[in-house]
Amino acid sequence: MSNVPPDLQYTKTHEWVRTLADGIVEVGITDHAQHALGDLVFVEVPEGGRTVAVGDPCAVVESVKAASDVYSPVAGEVTGGNPQLAAEPEVVNSDPYGAGWLMRVRPAQGAALPGLLSAAQYTELLASEE
Amino acid sequence: MAFIPHTPRDVETMLASIGVTSMEQLFDEIPAGLRVKSLQGIPPAMNEMEIGRLMRSRARQDGQLLCFMGAGAYEHHIPSAVWAITTRGEFYSAYTPYQAEASQGTLQLIYEYQTMIASLTGMHVSNASLYDGASAVAEASLMAVRANRKSKSQRILVPTTVNPYYRKVAAAMTCNQGLRFEEVPYAPASGCTALESLAAYEGQDITALVVQQPNFFGQLEDVEALADWARSQGALLIAVVNPTSLAILKPPGEWGEKGADIAVGEGQPLGVPLSSGGPYFGFMAARMEHVRQMPGRIVGRTVDLSGREGFTLTLQAREQHIRRAKATSNICTNQGLLMTAATIYLSLLGPQGLERTAAASHARTRELVAALSRVKGVRPVFEGPYFHEAVLSCDRPVGPLLESLASRGILGGFDLSEHYPELGSALLVCATETKTTADIESYAAALGEAMQSMRAA
Repeated sequence: MSNVPPDLQYTKTHEWVRTLADGIVEVGITDHAQHALGDLVFVEVPEGGRTVAVGDPCAVVESVKAASDVYSPVAGEVTGGNPQLAAEPEVVNSDPYGAGWLMRVRPAQGAALPGLLSAAQYTELLASEE
Repeated sequence: MAFIPHTPRDVETMLASIGVTSMEQLFDEIPAGLRVKSLQGIPPAMNEMEIGRLMRSRARQDGQLLCFMGAGAYEHHIPSAVWAITTRGEFYSAYTPYQAEASQGTLQLIYEYQTMIASLTGMHVSNASLYDGASAVAEASLMAVRANRKSKSQRILVPTTVNPYYRKVAAAMTCNQGLRFEEVPYAPASGCTALESLAAYEGQDITALVVQQPNFFGQLEDVEALADWARSQGALLIAVVNPTSLAILKPPGEWGEKGADIAVGEGQPLGVPLSSGGPYFGFMAARMEHVRQMPGRIVGRTVDLSGREGFTLTLQAREQHIRRAKATSNICTNQGLLMTAATIYLSLLGPQGLERTAAASHARTRELVAALSRVKGVRPVFEGPYFHEAVLSCDRPVGPLLESLASRGILGGFDLSEHYPELGSALLVCATETKTTADIESYAAALGEAMQSMRAA
């Protein structure tokens, strides 16, 4: 059974979103996603300063089985990618909701976080996909 | 017999099984405006006997001239063993093997090829080869755009001392992907990229700088300064190098403080004969930090379940069978047969043999330049060191001069007037280890006679 922390929001494409104290949002992939991908061997995170729209592919996670894009759940400016992942991609497997975060985005002025799922809704989505 | 083995009945059966009645209906999804109506300029098909006859008559026109032409492809001695081994059934394929369990020999050979290229270029990692030197420059430029994530401009600086055909191919291959190539002029005295003209680009967003060493004129660029300039501007450095020259010149991995980011070139000098422009092969090597942006196949060494050494394709998530439209390149193969010949050539020569080939080519070219410069009306154009090519200016037009030399059995060099009109009547000449002092003297004598008769006329 996948770990779905109740205090985060989720997307249908298996990203999680955490709103930090200063309004910046942190984005990663869910426990379900890391498990489905298998052992990650490479993670490409975006550079700080890049402007992203909702649904833009902005990171790549590559495992021994597949390579997948990670989509931005929010419009805004990337404040930075997780620098640890270049050398230690496996952190995404071991701690997907913590040290394995992928990028931080400062939402554009007035940008809502549209269409995000609650933990309960995401759990439901996972159940329906099984 | 048509190359496509399907009979009309096969085609009918296949169409019927997917529920369409004709080929026309199968393709009706493609708008009429995008379709090629007919292949204009393609003559009617010939049978094997006719084509054999045509090719033999074309081959006779070639005339086996004494070759002093380089300009991107070079005549070197190829030990007989190279192609005797390359054409063995076990190696005789143009393609990269997909199945590691059935292809250990070929995979090991590619791995050894990659090791040799990495060692020659002084770079961390090589791919399994590309189509040719020109397309390798295009692939390197696309790779630089992917790898230099700090740069948004897709502007690539390309000195005019880079092979003009490579520049043309690279622009044609990448123009629809938004890359912009901007030409940097050379200094008239040295025939090398003018560092002063780079000053105009300082502080701008430049994705990469391309540097060819030796450059198209055969001259040696100040690669240290160029590499450090690129680094200081946040631009990647793409080195275009002649593999033979690397036996005696500093490898791109050691240019400047940090070395080149990507090194590419034409592999033909390594055991591939001159043959009407190809097939040749391109090589590409890079720093490890860029490996995931590298196009093409890469073979890696690994261990099997019992811990025994084995070879396999690796880093395949860059490639189109996994990444589809987001792959690094549409290259999903390599120039297997030519790369095999190069690996065997390098194995037979060894580092010392390649060094002797390079040193002899350099010495022969010095001898050639000295001999031709003694001909009245001929003088070297540029100052400074060169490898195995040099530019000579002639006081008669080069086109007719080359024709006159050809009638005397000599391929005198490459006419620079089309690509470099500012040089006037200028000729790019080359001598490799295959030329003797007698060959060089007979060229000088023929050139003297040709010039003399053109003056008299």
